[in-house]
Amino acid sequence: MQGQRPRDEGQRAKWTITDLRTSLLPSRFMSSTASAHSDSRSGGGAAPEAAGNPAAASANGAAADPSGRPAARATERTEAAPAASLAAELPDDVLLGWLRDMLLIREFEVRTMQAYQEKKIGGFCHVYIGQEAVAVGCTAAIERRDPMVTAYRDHGHALARGMDPRHCMAEMFGRIGGCAKGKGGSMHMFDKANNLFGGHGIVGAQTPLGAGLAFATKYEDEVIEGRRSDRVTLCFLGDGALNQGAFHEAKNLAGLLDLPVIFVVENNGYSMGTSISRGTTMGHDISVKAAGYGIEAAVIDGMDVMTVYDAMKPLVDRCRATSRPAFVDMRTYRYKGHSMSDPRKYRTRAEEEQYEASDPIGRLAAWLESSRGFSKQRYDELAREVRQQVRDCVKWAEASPEPPIEELYTDVYVERFGPYLGTSPPQMLRDGADEA
Amino acid sequence: MTRPRAPGPPLSATGDPSGSQRGAAGPIRISLHAPGFPTTTEPDPPFPPTSILNAPQDPVANLTLVQAINLALVQEMERDDRVIILGEDVGPNGGVFRVTEGLHKRFGGHRVVDTPLAESGIIGTSIGLAMAGLRPVPEIQFDGFLGPAYDQLCSHAARMRTRTRSAFTVPLTVRVPVGGGIHAPELHSDSPEAIYAHQPGLKVVMPASPYDAKGLLISAIRDPDPVLFFEPKRIYRAFREEVPEDEYTIPIGKARVVAEGEEMTMVSWGASVVQCMQAIEKSGRSIELIDLRTIWPLDTETILESVRKTGRVVIVHEAPKSGGWGAEIATRITEHCFLHLEAPPQRVAGFDTIMPYYKLEMEYMPDAARIAKAIDETAAY
Ligand SMILES: Cc1ncc(C[n+]2csc(CCOP(=O)(O)OP(=O)(O)O)c2C)c(N)n1
Ligand SMILES: [Mg+2]
Repeated sequence: MQGQRPRDEGQRAKWTITDLRTSLLPSRFMSSTASAHSDSRSGGGAAPEAAGNPAAASANGAAADPSGRPAARATERTEAAPAASLAAELPDDVLLGWLRDMLLIREFEVRTMQAYQEKKIGGFCHVYIGQEAVAVGCTAAIERRDPMVTAYRDHGHALARGMDPRHCMAEMFGRIGGCAKGKGGSMHMFDKANNLFGGHGIVGAQTPLGAGLAFATKYEDEVIEGRRSDRVTLCFLGDGALNQGAFHEAKNLAGLLDLPVIFVVENNGYSMGTSISRGTTMGHDISVKAAGYGIEAAVIDGMDVMTVYDAMKPLVDRCRATSRPAFVDMRTYRYKGHSMSDPRKYRTRAEEEQYEASDPIGRLAAWLESSRGFSKQRYDELAREVRQQVRDCVKWAEASPEPPIEELYTDVYVERFGPYLGTSPPQMLRDGADEA
Repeated sequence: MTRPRAPGPPLSATGDPSGSQRGAAGPIRISLHAPGFPTTTEPDPPFPPTSILNAPQDPVANLTLVQAINLALVQEMERDDRVIILGEDVGPNGGVFRVTEGLHKRFGGHRVVDTPLAESGIIGTSIGLAMAGLRPVPEIQFDGFLGPAYDQLCSHAARMRTRTRSAFTVPLTVRVPVGGGIHAPELHSDSPEAIYAHQPGLKVVMPASPYDAKGLLISAIRDPDPVLFFEPKRIYRAFREEVPEDEYTIPIGKARVVAEGEEMTMVSWGASVVQCMQAIEKSGRSIELIDLRTIWPLDTETILESVRKTGRVVIVHEAPKSGGWGAEIATRITEHCFLHLEAPPQRVAGFDTIMPYYKLEMEYMPDAARIAKAIDETAAY
């Protein structure tokens, strides 16, 4: 395998995925990030327990990251006996699947930005670039029957959960082929078959929903089916959502009723232009926000998909077994602006580069290369395949028809045009008429 | 540049005591050219320096609605150091629509406060500030985000005066960009004026031009009761208008007669006023256009006076038709002008559905064609 490792800059540069359209990947990610990952392996895999201890986290995480948070690094783990990495035990096809999923999300988002700039996508658009390892690693740690719910930065979750990317793209294009018939847009990714409960635009509002989903699975399992509750709900939120009252209500209820829900805070350090240190008390250690509700907390390096899996899997298993909530401070970073019109004046380029240097895609590719004989050729194939898939997605979305005007009136109530019939027949809309 | 309304002194400082602008500046010409709606492909015009105060030799400036609001905020903050601003990213970032741009630099972080993402907290805290004597002007980023703050607004701000028998009051001005037309997604395009107008104790104001925005906002900030100041985001930068640098107020609760006419009355507010002007000009008819300026308290008299003259009325608004503010207006007209009516009052409004994503947005919004149809039907009745 060593022989296939790129030797010079020129060769290494070819490992970048995106034609440098995004220039998001460091040209030399292979060597630098490979060691980063092996560090975290040797640091031990007992992440949740260790990181759940705020004292341990803050004691070890001395070096603050640029946004004022202590860095979530392997050093945050306790010195307890290093457990084997769960992810490292997984077969090639699983790990390659993760790589492919992250590549797909990255490429999908690059195309999304492009389409937005070309005015093919309306509304506002929040891309997931940089945070891919979180959605992919977390989704890998649960089962399809486990509910999942998230906020508006949701394309990555939808794709990781298995939504057909064509439906995801068409939704943003406002086409009838979209997962919400093109009536929701970027913030409204729903996939019933895959137990993805959205996609919600009001910051924090999805967190009580998460508690409710967990309540429902537990109720169904225990009260209706009469067996042990064994489903877990993953509820994602941003660090900005920590400050919404609704989240505190959700945590309290989850703690009180022993709801099997894991609140995964995708802590990318910013809520629009407000850094976590400017907007959130105890922003340097948000795990304390779980302690008050008696909820177990973990701090996880969300820039590395194997680390995410290693930490999430035992946490999920424990939640499933004990039917108790958990809270995760998932340290990540959004490479791009909050939305498409954000000049990012509130942070420095140097800070961005620091995170881009530990790119999750690069880290996994590097590990696969050094540990599984993953070849550059295979990587290129994968990248090419993904690029083609996303290109097809865009084509498919463009070919999907716009919703007919009748759709204005559908899906508001159970009756197709129900309460409106007789007052505002949709046909009248077409005539440009108002109510008869 | 032609303007939708003659600007200038008649309304300044004291305001027109009659409240309506009828006769204040002679017959008013309607321009169809200036106020075009922005299309999504049109870039924003460049934002000039924060305040035209820097150019004292220029007593009147051509400003967009955003700039007029910015100017009103600057002047009120200069005048009264109890006026403070708070909201998400209103500080160095200047807010999502850049309405508070430059204020943080000018007044500092203790008067232009970046808050955590928590609307209920922003409004609740502002109520406390106001009860204790400050004049908070919080910003909520979008119409749809008023939801989490609804409880504070309707259970507390609106009722405090009554609850305490006027011992405590809530001089609060909540600024909120509202309405559709910018191709935003759900929760970013709503027109919730009727919801809040229905809550006794709140005042609801919605300007339709830069000139009005400045005068109404200053009135709102000085008002002793809570005011929801709804800014039609669709016309934030759609056109410019001459706005005097001098302070002036426009009374809350008074409508404006935008154009006089004999054949029928048209009542509207916010961005729809501009749509109405276009439809009226295209119709070639003599139509009296009334811009409510204030949703609540409603200037019933100005409307009735006009309808008594014309006998016909079309009401235009973006919000869903059923239970919309047009319903209240039509009811008052039939209650008080029944025998003057020569046609049933017509409403052109949004449909009774959730505001759709952008492909269907323009079908939802009352446009010139739908208004024209209502005009013709009402005239022919
Ligand atoms: C109730 C509400 N208030 C404000 C907004 C506008 N808004 C959208 S995203 C956002 C920042 C959220 O930050 P965070 O939760 O950290 O998520 P991230 O964008 O980092 O993924 C804000 C203020 C909103 N959508 N809903
Ligand atoms: Mg964030």
